[in-house]
Amino acid sequence: MNTKLYERPESLTDVPFHYCPGCQHGIVHRIIAEVIDELGVRKQTIGVAPVGCSVLAYDYFNFDIVQASHGRAPAVATGVKRVCPDSTVFTYQGDGDLASIGCAEVVHAAARGERITTIFINNAIYGMTGGQMAPTTLVDQVTTTSPYGRNVNQVGTPLCISEMLSTIQGARFIARVAVNNPSNMAKAKAAIKKAFQLQNNGEGFCLVEVLSTCPTNWGMTPVEAVKWLETNMIPQYPLGVFKDAGGE
Amino acid sequence: MSETRLMKGNEAIGEAAIIAGCRYYFGYPITPQTELMEYMAKRMPQIKGVFLQAESEIAAINMVYGAAGAGARVMTSSSSPGISLKAEGISYCAGAELPCVIVNIMRGGPGLGSIQPAQADYFQATKGGGHGDYRNIVLAPNSVQEMADLTILSFDLADKYRNPVMLLGDGALGQMMEPVNLEEKSLVPQKKPWAANGLGERTKPNVINSLYLKPEQLEAHNIHLQNKYQNILKQECRWEELSVEDAELIVVAYGITSRIARSAIEMAKRDGLKVGLFRPISLWPFPSERLLTLAKQTRAFLVTELSAGQMIEDVRLATGQMKPVHFYGRMGGMMPSSREIYNQINLIMREKEAVK
Repeated sequence: MNTKLYERPESLTDVPFHYCPGCQHGIVHRIIAEVIDELGVRKQTIGVAPVGCSVLAYDYFNFDIVQASHGRAPAVATGVKRVCPDSTVFTYQGDGDLASIGCAEVVHAAARGERITTIFINNAIYGMTGGQMAPTTLVDQVTTTSPYGRNVNQVGTPLCISEMLSTIQGARFIARVAVNNPSNMAKAKAAIKKAFQLQNNGEGFCLVEVLSTCPTNWGMTPVEAVKWLETNMIPQYPLGVFKDAGGE
Repeated sequence: MSETRLMKGNEAIGEAAIIAGCRYYFGYPITPQTELMEYMAKRMPQIKGVFLQAESEIAAINMVYGAAGAGARVMTSSSSPGISLKAEGISYCAGAELPCVIVNIMRGGPGLGSIQPAQADYFQATKGGGHGDYRNIVLAPNSVQEMADLTILSFDLADKYRNPVMLLGDGALGQMMEPVNLEEKSLVPQKKPWAANGLGERTKPNVINSLYLKPEQLEAHNIHLQNKYQNILKQECRWEELSVEDAELIVVAYGITSRIARSAIEMAKRDGLKVGLFRPISLWPFPSERLLTLAKQTRAFLVTELSAGQMIEDVRLATGQMKPVHFYGRMGGMMPSSREIYNQINLIMREKEAVK
């Protein structure tokens, strides 16, 4: 008897990802697609794509997508959700998009308790433009715009978005996860699923920060990048649930 | 049902938007448009609409982008510096062909400028403002009644062409009170099969987007937009004219300035001078063809604006070198009196007499 053990979620198209080898966007895309399939909300989902490596998300997700300007995805998602309050609306944003240029929009979406879910990919660097320093870049990390390493005296310390947003009352679920091994992938999926479920229950703003690799711009092999993430990023950005106002 | 009320221009825009079926308003406070925002804050909850005070003008226009992308009739309003902040978002709306209405109640600039009336954002409104080859439809009312009427028209044109429409007023029009007749309108539900509002019964996802990475595709998209703009140019030129048929001098003015010019023209006519008024109502598309026709029959133009001279460039483009185009403007929130414009008319007419 033939049993299908693994297949493409309905929420993904058959367009091959353009992401670099070892990049974890593809894993996170798949997790989101699986979650939306499992919740049975594909036909009522509207995703908001950012500016950054995942700008082409509309090619990969098999549901409606609005492509937003740089950093403004939470504002765009607010407009969508206010028009379609019964829909499932999420933003997918990188760290340049969310933690730098779009800091105001994500903070105020959280403050309003906007009923949207944000998936925040933190890879400590600007990917699409070729490896510049992000607010999330680690201390002493070398990038094309911090060629001597991130200098704390000049540009300060990494911005911890999950910790910051968890202080806001309207934020109902804030978690930081990683997809560096199967166990963490399972935890990431559980967190993302919860962030969607709580939105659909009308709870409020939910965000899952996903620590992610960028082997190309970190100048590493995919295997080295995962090790670097474990050794350097996780100590700076501890994994866990920072806020869960939705209960069990 | 119709009802005549005494309203501020800013409030008339708000009520007219509601009559037009707008149920989503996103804005940020800035003088001299704030009454519109406050009006929407009061009215929207009464009709189960959405009023949302955004964290910035940038956020507000992006909320408009999202709401328009989901298929709603949606509006934002601001004044000059705030419109500069919205410029990127307006370009995205134009690129993604999202119908929306943006109100600019202009104030003096550049920079923080002043909070007094001005018309110094003509270039920004009609020539782009944001990046890329795009056009907004720009309508310029000159009374509280017209602020209401053109607001309703703005929503219709936005949907008809899937294009942003800017209603361009100024601090004087926004703040002044006049009687306005508001007629209830039966709303025709807008079919927007392109909207990203969830697949529902559809099988193919809708994507709201202005990104075309392949140059061939982006050029094709631009050609599509330009064809649309040509169509708008043919269909949607609007203007008002007064005593132009035998005029030796035609004053060209829009918005509040046209009201002052009209008083000046009446003074000149009492002196026996043959002076007419040409008032563009659509600033883009600019009624160039009609101006060219008038250029053939008049002897000169006087353009008057609350700026250093911006619309005058379109008047010159429309009329070529055919007739002299004079200019009189005040800036920084200063308004000319009708006497000042009357004096300009006299000056030009006397010069004409001298060379006759």
